Amino acid sequence: MTNLSRRTVMQGLGVGAMATALAGLPVFAQDRTAIRIGYAISKTGANAAGAGITTTPNYLLWVDDVNKAGGIKLSKLGVTLPLEVTEYDDRSAAEETVRAIERLATQDNVDLILPTWGTGANLAAGPTFDRFGYPQLAATAVTDMAPQLAARWKHSFWMLGGGHDYANALVELLVKQRDAGTINNKVAIASVADGFGIDLSKAATPAFTEAGFELVYDKTYPLGTSDFAPIINEVSGLGADTFVAFSYPPDTFALTQQAVVADFSPKVFYLGVGTAFPIYPGIAGPNHNGVMGVGGIDPDSEAVAAYFERHIALNGQAPDSWASAITYASLEMLQQAIERVGDIDREAISAELSSGEFDTIIGKVKLVDNQLRSLWTVGQWQDGKFVGLAHTERDGSRDPVVPKPDWVPAT
Amino acid sequence: MKLAAALIALLALAFVPSLVGPYPLGLMIGILGYGILATAWALFSGPTRYISLATVAFFGLGAYTVAVLSETLPYPLVLLAAAAIGLVVALLVGLATLRLAGIYFVIFTFGLTELVRQLVTYYEVNVTRTLGRYVFLPFGPEHIYWQLLALLAATLAIAFWVRQSKIGLALRVIGDDPVVASHLGIRITRAKLTLFSISAVIMTLAGAIQAPRWTYIEPSIVFNPTTSFLVVIMALLGGPNRLFGPLLGAIPLFLLFEWLSANFPNHYSIILGLLFIAIVFVLPNGVLAAVDSVRARLTRKEASA
Repeated sequence: MTNLSRRTVMQGLGVGAMATALAGLPVFAQDRTAIRIGYAISKTGANAAGAGITTTPNYLLWVDDVNKAGGIKLSKLGVTLPLEVTEYDDRSAAEETVRAIERLATQDNVDLILPTWGTGANLAAGPTFDRFGYPQLAATAVTDMAPQLAARWKHSFWMLGGGHDYANALVELLVKQRDAGTINNKVAIASVADGFGIDLSKAATPAFTEAGFELVYDKTYPLGTSDFAPIINEVSGLGADTFVAFSYPPDTFALTQQAVVADFSPKVFYLGVGTAFPIYPGIAGPNHNGVMGVGGIDPDSEAVAAYFERHIALNGQAPDSWASAITYASLEMLQQAIERVGDIDREAISAELSSGEFDTIIGKVKLVDNQLRSLWTVGQWQDGKFVGLAHTERDGSRDPVVPKPDWVPAT
Repeated sequence: MKLAAALIALLALAFVPSLVGPYPLGLMIGILGYGILATAWALFSGPTRYISLATVAFFGLGAYTVAVLSETLPYPLVLLAAAAIGLVVALLVGLATLRLAGIYFVIFTFGLTELVRQLVTYYEVNVTRTLGRYVFLPFGPEHIYWQLLALLAATLAIAFWVRQSKIGLALRVIGDDPVVASHLGIRITRAKLTLFSISAVIMTLAGAIQAPRWTYIEPSIVFNPTTSFLVVIMALLGGPNRLFGPLLGAIPLFLLFEWLSANFPNHYSIILGLLFIAIVFVLPNGVLAAVDSVRARLTRKEASA
């Protein structure tokens, strides 16, 4: 019995080793039947939720859209080819991400590699993308280091701005409200003690102080906190009209619920990652209306509306209203860059991405030093849409509603 | 003779980066990394039978040390600093906890990882106000590979020496029966502490060497508790009481994980869980022990025939 099982196990291992060895037979250009796209995405582990909402659905949608349209035209080769996908699970580990990209680039010899979800993972992948000369369209990485990273890795493109962009835009928006007399001078900030929270609070604290706001509360809470009653109770007695939380998804939802339960309804209620998620209105119920957060979309754009419809039809869920549209736009840029080059020439594609202008669902896009600088920075739930209130380059799509409606008590 | 064979094998392995492509080299780096962790883990936990889940606490400390110091100190000094930090933490932890036994020790070491992670986070958030650090060192995969290879050789040499030495014997006695050990005059705590510290320093160095490969370090990346569990499973598969056992457990499991995540990205966790159950049921003492028992059974059959 033991003997048999052991043999079975060893056979399994043997088959595994063989498959690993055979998986990477090279594909020759002349018998090219498809453009081969590879990506390693977090299907399990800490990043799986974010990847499952923002990144994977957009990769699926793009591949579906392109293939339904017949494929991508490679004029120099005189063919129009569909996309073919190789996908791996990076298990939310930096080491797996790096190795998966090595595998896609050198074993599977895919034509292009799409990046994984998240700031840390995209930074970890940077040197590897660069080493093999694959363009890296980092649409879900928020980092103030973007200018240095783009200079260091010539094939990298940073599409989601840095902590300063979001923090400064929020402060600017609140200054206008204060000067108009709709809110008082007191602000309370709670930040998650993790990459995103610290980056934004590091930028926001001095910006608020310089703008003459009084920070009555400015503390961090540990990642994984589930009871927000102490924070909300303390803050509610401080007389701040503005509550800002640079939070992560589970906290974003819990903070909303706790504020409703404690009937702490400040005039401005701003939360971090997760506010723009399509599930937020479901979790907050009628109280989602008027809540502000990071990101936003243009509610008047027909292209965005059509994108939302296609996304829902294919994936059964709406995209989020922050990085989703940017992720999809980055793929449109990639497609147009390939078509303009007319061949799978990664150097030329990178050069085109860096210098060209592209038509995308978020409008005309031209990168500045390999960075997307045209971003929605502050959004607010209004009439079922997470509308952009502040943008780095244009006017807000809607005026902020301040004060937000009072909470509807929890039943 | 054996030494010569080991040196030739080491020399041959040192030429791997010039012979294989980036992906096989990446695989080798992963195998070496886990091989070192599993061997270091078995160094202490094999003879004493103390199941430690603190592997990633030391591993992460090493990675963090490199992230913090790599811009201010020359690299060899950074490695030394990492080793020193690993040693100090191991001594502190060891003095406080090695009197614990059984399940209490397991739970404590699991908690230790979280404690270290929270302390690092607290320090970064409240003192330096940066969470997430960048490591820009001019190392390619081959440099990391060579360093890991050297560390693995050193780890195996230490493990070999421990098996021959008095302290190894003392630890085996402690693992079999602590009461007998103390009656024999073995200074239990000191013996355990010594090996725990050596093992921890090796784990710290393994983290330090691999940090440049990730560019970006934050607590959730380097203090990933899964690593601790994988190391235990690898060592148990190979057999924690044999010199090459943990390494031989690390190689097939690592390749298997790689194959699973490539071919069954959507069912990885389920298959992995089933495999763990299978390992514990089918090979409770490790592959090498199973091979021995099969061989013994065959010889017995021959003898009776």
